[in-house]
Amino acid sequence: MAQTLQRTPLHDRHAALGARLVPFAGWEMPVQYEGVIQEHRAVRTDAGVFDVSHMGELEVEGPRAGELLQGLLSNDLDRIEPGQAQYTLLTNERGGIVDDLIAYRLDRCRYLLVVNASNRDADFRWLKEREIVGSDVRDVSDEYGLLAVQGPRAIEKLGLPPAEPFTFAEDQIDGVQVMVNRTGYTGEDGCELLCMAEDAGALWDGVLARGIVPCGLGARDTLRLEVCYPLHGNDITQETDPISAGLGWTCALGKEFTGVEVLRRVKEQGPERKLVAFVMGERGIPRHGMPIEGGGEVTSGTHSPMLDAGIGLGYVPAAQASPGSELTIDVRGKPRGAEVVRKPIYRREA
Amino acid sequence: MAAAESYPDDLKYHHEHDWARLDGDEAVVGITWFAADALGELVHFEPPEPGATVAKDASYGEVESVKAVSDLVAPLSGEVVEVNQKVVDAPETVNDDPYGEGWLLRIRLADASEVDSLLDVEAYKQVLAES
Repeated sequence: MAQTLQRTPLHDRHAALGARLVPFAGWEMPVQYEGVIQEHRAVRTDAGVFDVSHMGELEVEGPRAGELLQGLLSNDLDRIEPGQAQYTLLTNERGGIVDDLIAYRLDRCRYLLVVNASNRDADFRWLKEREIVGSDVRDVSDEYGLLAVQGPRAIEKLGLPPAEPFTFAEDQIDGVQVMVNRTGYTGEDGCELLCMAEDAGALWDGVLARGIVPCGLGARDTLRLEVCYPLHGNDITQETDPISAGLGWTCALGKEFTGVEVLRRVKEQGPERKLVAFVMGERGIPRHGMPIEGGGEVTSGTHSPMLDAGIGLGYVPAAQASPGSELTIDVRGKPRGAEVVRKPIYRREA
Repeated sequence: MAAAESYPDDLKYHHEHDWARLDGDEAVVGITWFAADALGELVHFEPPEPGATVAKDASYGEVESVKAVSDLVAPLSGEVVEVNQKVVDAPETVNDDPYGEGWLLRIRLADASEVDSLLDVEAYKQVLAES
C-alpha cells in the first residue's frame, strides 16, 4: 500500500539542511535536524523555528458563521473580538473531542480555524455537513505556509513589537506579508507566522538568517509535553471528554454546543478518571499505551530534556489524581515509580 | 558532540548493529555508530544485572532516545562481568564515543567458537550498504 506522502513548501530546504524526514499524519516532515535535545534547549533558552505547514486551515465565513461555530465549538467565541484568538474544542454528541484547535477572529463574520494535520479532513467534513444558510466553510490549507517561531528571544529576533498572547496582526518580515499569531505549542513566548504557500521559502530563509534554529517535530513533542499541552490522538480523542482531560476551562457549559449535556453531567458528578501529569521517580521512560497500576494508562511520555527525567501524561482513577500521588507504571514488564505533579511539569524559574 | 561515522577494523560485528572487542576469554560489547545515529541522542540505558547471562542473538537490554526504544542484541553468549556505569549515568556517551567510552557490557564468553560467526568490518559495511 504505497501512499504518497504530502510535502510542505519547505521540503527541499529541510532535506538540504540534513533533516531526518519521517512520515507524520500523511506528510513527510522533519523530526530533527541536529538533534531533538539541542533543538529543545534552543527553544527554551533562545529561539527556534518549526515548519508546521502541514497543519490545516479552515475558513468559516458569512453572517451566520459565528452562530454555526458557537454551536459546534466548546469555548465561547463571543468572548473574542476581531484580532483575537481562542483555544477551543470541536466536540461530538458523546462529549468526546473531535479535535482541538485555535480559532482566529479575522473580522466580525470571518474566522480562521487552525487544526491538527491528522484531523484536517475529518474537521472539514464535520463542519461542512453542519453548515447552515449564511455560513460557508472552506478548506484553505493548501494556500498557506505556517512557521512557528518560539522561544524567549523569538519576538526580538524577528524584530516584532510586543503583543498580548492570543492576539494577531498583519505584518511584514523580510519583505514577506504575514499574519503574526501570538500562539504556540511550546510554553514559550513567540508566534506562529501564516504566509502564502509560495512565500514560505523566503520567510523560512529570512527567519534562519536571523539566527533562529530550525527545529523538528521531535522537539515540538518534548516541548509541548513539558508544559502539558495535550496531543489529539494521544491525550485527547473522540472517546475522551474535556472535563476528564483537565480542559474544562475551554468549555462554556452555559451555552449550547454539541455534547454539552454530557459534559454538564460529567462536571456535576465529577470525572471518574483524570488526565494527570507525572514525573518518573526511577529511571525509565514512560511511553504511550503503558499501563498504570490501578487501572490507568499512559497517553504520552518522553524524556524531559529540562528535568533530565521521564515525564508523561496519563489517565488515572480520580482517587489517584492528586499531586503527590504515587503511581506505578509498567515499563515493558518492569514496575517503575512515578509521582503525580501539578501542571505544567516544567515552568521557567522566575 | 556526536561522533563522526566510523567502524574500527579491530572489532567483530553483529548484523543487528552491535560490536564486540575480544579480550582473552572476555569481550566488551556495544552498539555501532549506525545504530546510535539512527536512534538519536540516547537518554536511557536499561542494562542487565552483573552476573546475568546473555545469549547470542537475543535481547539483553534496551536503549532509548527521546523518540524511540531499541532492543540490545547480544553478539555473543556469556555472563555479564561489568556494566558500564558511565553509560547508565550519561547515555549520550554512546553517541559521543560508541566504540570507546560508550561501551555497554563486559562479558565472560560461554563459547569462544561463536566468534567465528560474527562479521569482520568489511562484511558489516556490506550489511550497511545493503540496508
